[in-house]
Amino acid sequence: MLKVERLTKFYPTATGPLTVLKEVSFDLAPGASLAIVGPSGSGKTTLLGLCAGLDRPSGGSVVLAGESIGEMNEDARARVRNAHVGFVFQNFQLIPTLTALENVLVPIELRGEGGPEAEAEAHALLQRVGLGARTDHYPVQLSGGEQQRVALARAFINRPKILFCDEPTGNLDTDTAHAMVDLIFGLNREKGTTLVLVTHDLELAKLCRRRLRLRGGAVVEDVTTP
Amino acid sequence: MNFVLKMAWRDSRASRRRLLLFSLSIVLGIAALVAVGSLMDNLQRAIDEQAKGLLGADLAVQSRSALTPEAEQFLNELGGEQAREVMFASMIVFPTSNDQTRLVSLRALDGAYPFYGDFLTDPADAPARLAAGGRVAVLEATLMAQFGLKPGDPVRIGETTFTVAGSLLSIPGESAAIAQLSPRVYFPLSELPATGLIGPGSLVRYKSYFKFAPEIDVEALVRDLRGRFRELRLGFDTVEERKRDLGRALENVYAFMSLVGFISLFLGAIGVASAIHVHVRQKIPTVAVLRCLGCSARQAFAVYLVQGLGIGICGSILGAAVGLGVQLILPSFLEGLLPFAVEFAVSWAAVGQGMVAGLIICLLFTLLPLLPVRRVSPLVAIRSSFAENTSGPDPARWTVYALIVGAVTVFALAQTRRWEHGVGFVVMLALSFGVLAGLAKVVAWTARRYFPKRAPYVWRQGVANLHRPNNRTVLLLLALGLGTFLIVTLALTRATLVAQIENTGGGDRPNLLFFDIQDDQIEPLTAILAAEGAPVKASAPIVTMRVRSLKGRPVEEVLRDNVNRIPQWTLRREYRSTYRSELGASETLVAGEFIGTVPAGTEVVPVSMEKGLADDMQLALGDELEFDVQGVPVKARLTSVREVEWRRMEPNFFVVFPAGVLEGAPKFFVAATRVDDAGHSARIQRAVVRELPSVSAIDLTLILQTLDGVFAKVQLVVQIMAFFTVLTGVIVLAGAVLSGRFQRLRETVLLRTLGANRRQLVRIQLVEYAILGLLAAVVGCGLALVANWLLSAFVFETAGVFAPATLAFAVAAVMTITLLTGLLANRGVADHPPLEILRQES
Repeated sequence: MLKVERLTKFYPTATGPLTVLKEVSFDLAPGASLAIVGPSGSGKTTLLGLCAGLDRPSGGSVVLAGESIGEMNEDARARVRNAHVGFVFQNFQLIPTLTALENVLVPIELRGEGGPEAEAEAHALLQRVGLGARTDHYPVQLSGGEQQRVALARAFINRPKILFCDEPTGNLDTDTAHAMVDLIFGLNREKGTTLVLVTHDLELAKLCRRRLRLRGGAVVEDVTTP
Repeated sequence: MNFVLKMAWRDSRASRRRLLLFSLSIVLGIAALVAVGSLMDNLQRAIDEQAKGLLGADLAVQSRSALTPEAEQFLNELGGEQAREVMFASMIVFPTSNDQTRLVSLRALDGAYPFYGDFLTDPADAPARLAAGGRVAVLEATLMAQFGLKPGDPVRIGETTFTVAGSLLSIPGESAAIAQLSPRVYFPLSELPATGLIGPGSLVRYKSYFKFAPEIDVEALVRDLRGRFRELRLGFDTVEERKRDLGRALENVYAFMSLVGFISLFLGAIGVASAIHVHVRQKIPTVAVLRCLGCSARQAFAVYLVQGLGIGICGSILGAAVGLGVQLILPSFLEGLLPFAVEFAVSWAAVGQGMVAGLIICLLFTLLPLLPVRRVSPLVAIRSSFAENTSGPDPARWTVYALIVGAVTVFALAQTRRWEHGVGFVVMLALSFGVLAGLAKVVAWTARRYFPKRAPYVWRQGVANLHRPNNRTVLLLLALGLGTFLIVTLALTRATLVAQIENTGGGDRPNLLFFDIQDDQIEPLTAILAAEGAPVKASAPIVTMRVRSLKGRPVEEVLRDNVNRIPQWTLRREYRSTYRSELGASETLVAGEFIGTVPAGTEVVPVSMEKGLADDMQLALGDELEFDVQGVPVKARLTSVREVEWRRMEPNFFVVFPAGVLEGAPKFFVAATRVDDAGHSARIQRAVVRELPSVSAIDLTLILQTLDGVFAKVQLVVQIMAFFTVLTGVIVLAGAVLSGRFQRLRETVLLRTLGANRRQLVRIQLVEYAILGLLAAVVGCGLALVANWLLSAFVFETAGVFAPATLAFAVAAVMTITLLTGLLANRGVADHPPLEILRQES
């Protein structure tokens, strides 16, 4: 599902290139789950961004759902994201001017596949995350946990092959975070989705079968739980 | 596409009111274009529909001297129904108003003119009484009102008393505005001799009107007879020619008004672009999320382009509606200004053109701030430190700039129809905007660099708003500065012209001029003036003559010469020349030697010519020409060239002969004197008209009144257009304040949280808006002073006035408008609890 080989990213600076990711390689089979952990500035978010096709690598390759996205231009990568990828962000990233239902529908409508069926599916997903009664509410009218649940419903609406989560519980209190984790893993199992999540939370990381630990942009530990 | 439309609509939810306000920026520009275009279409239609009424005849022929028997025969042979008119200026006396006098345009009429269109009077039977003959007169309605006349009252024209038959409301071919210059008085031609007003040398125009059978092609007729008209020194006017003249005049007015309207649109579009810039900046996180979810750069761009288009469409529709509304009130402004009746109807073509122009300009300007949307990285969703990818130049930006310049040029060319004018407009627009924008940058830089760091906090904060990111300094200086510039230039130009005329009669210079004085009247006139305490200050004999040959070539031959084109008027006109032994006070010798006296019998007379005329006639010192002095040929040689200050109210002449040649020729005089005030002037005029009824007078006050009247009308039109610009500036200001409100709000709320009170917050805003208003006003006034100085120096050739009161008023008005708009648009921010506002704005 996701194949990363010798992935490198550096940024030019006045004092020479600043390397933030050094030759990271790994493979993920469909349905697998991976947690990327490490201290701040270790390159976790950069790795997630490159794997999800949000940025272009300086070296190495990323093959996502059989497509080599490192070579693609931004619009081609956007098509791949729309077709195969779901996202959950630390700060929810709902569009403030859209209702919960409309936020969930965005990925489907981007494909030009909106309509009653899509709406029914969005309703069902919102029902599934416990927000069946809040479909017409705007983000500002929802709590942080509720916003993140809407984001999760949005991530699953286009039946993604792979779900990328960036600190999905980072902005939530403990109880809400637990409920959120249950939902992410529950839906992941139900839909058979591959899961890649970035987190500081080691307890959360342990729920994934595989864990990559980064330090200074390089993989220092790669553990797979049987 | 479906997604783009849906997203554009949904995304606009929180900002629709703001977006609508942005659209208002272009409303007035489009309204101006629609109103002007629609007005011109209506005028053009009226001209086409009332073509024959424009002239009142199929053909009008005119001569500046009495028709020769040859010309008379030629006109009679043209056939058709004919009418004759003799036009000249003279004083008339109103016995019912204590013998007050007034210079009027007398029209002695014979025949059924006008043949087309209506001769409207009150009562309606006055034209019939006029046609029946007898001592009846039809007077301009304004004249009747001014002197409290009613039908049946007497009025004295020359030596004869006439009975007022009615007041003139309108007559084809002339606008009622002509009454501003010189009110008309019609009376039967058969009574002209009885008035005793026409003497040798009187300034008279003889007109003949023709009505032909419908099958006669008048254009072809005058084309065939053009040479004959020229030989007989007759001018002619046909319906088609009048239509063309009017069309040309209208085109010029249209071009001017629509270009000024376009400046409003241009300013508005800049306002929209600036507002969209802020709007899009707020939307970057949304764009990043959309990009993460698979939205292409083109789709994201399209979402906001649709919003921009929506602003353009709303602005265009509102603009068209306002433009049509303005058109409803236009007839009242134009009343009496036009020589034909206009029925106002909606011109859909003008509406369409105005809307399309508005939409295109708005769209092009919207593209500029939207281009960065294409470059927003999806990474912004996970790392807020990423903004749009601005590395490297964006060729699309330069393409849009080129499109804007192209669109403005095409528009200007379409309006002016002359490439040099169109390109000139674009260059001037770019220059004005460049100067204003440059000044704004300098102001912002100076504020940052030199404002004292230890000034009170409120002042520092207010001044800092001028130069920090997302400031409105450039935008507001452009919008308000340009509007101020237009209006103040107009006011200063008016003041300069009025001062110039007042100065003409200033000091001890003459301010009352008498003309049409016959040879035997100059002595009695001198006596009357002396008795009334206003002795003659300058007088000159006038001898009428025509040019017979130029450098040995007969005038007819020169007229036919298409290679060395000499303006026809210089060859065909009747010259009113004088003779004297020395230069007048308003003359300066620029070449040759002025010869003041020659012995009787000199074969080739040395003459002095005004410089402009000598240049037009392509004459150099030593060149010979021959004059026809009322039948007597007089050879002359150009021996000196003078510059003449025509504005001075003194007898000035194109050609001056030396003493000793023309004394025996039939002649008349002009004389000038100085009166103390209007009462003195009226008393003298009454005395002169009583004794010498054929002598006419014109005083400086009358010229000032006339100029003021004409200026008032022009000023109204320009002020309406400039008003559009200023109001656009106010709307742009309100839009800029509202669009920047979000950014300012957080800061205001923070200051509030840190303990700032409402008064301090309001004072910070006051400082910012007061400085912006002051700068806009000062920059606008400064530019206006420069423009007025240039106009004064190169167009009016006089010293420009400073008019401190006008400038102070402009500065105060612009500052007040800016302060009020700024405070109103920002109202409420400091009054509410911070949390409440933050939740509303998020």
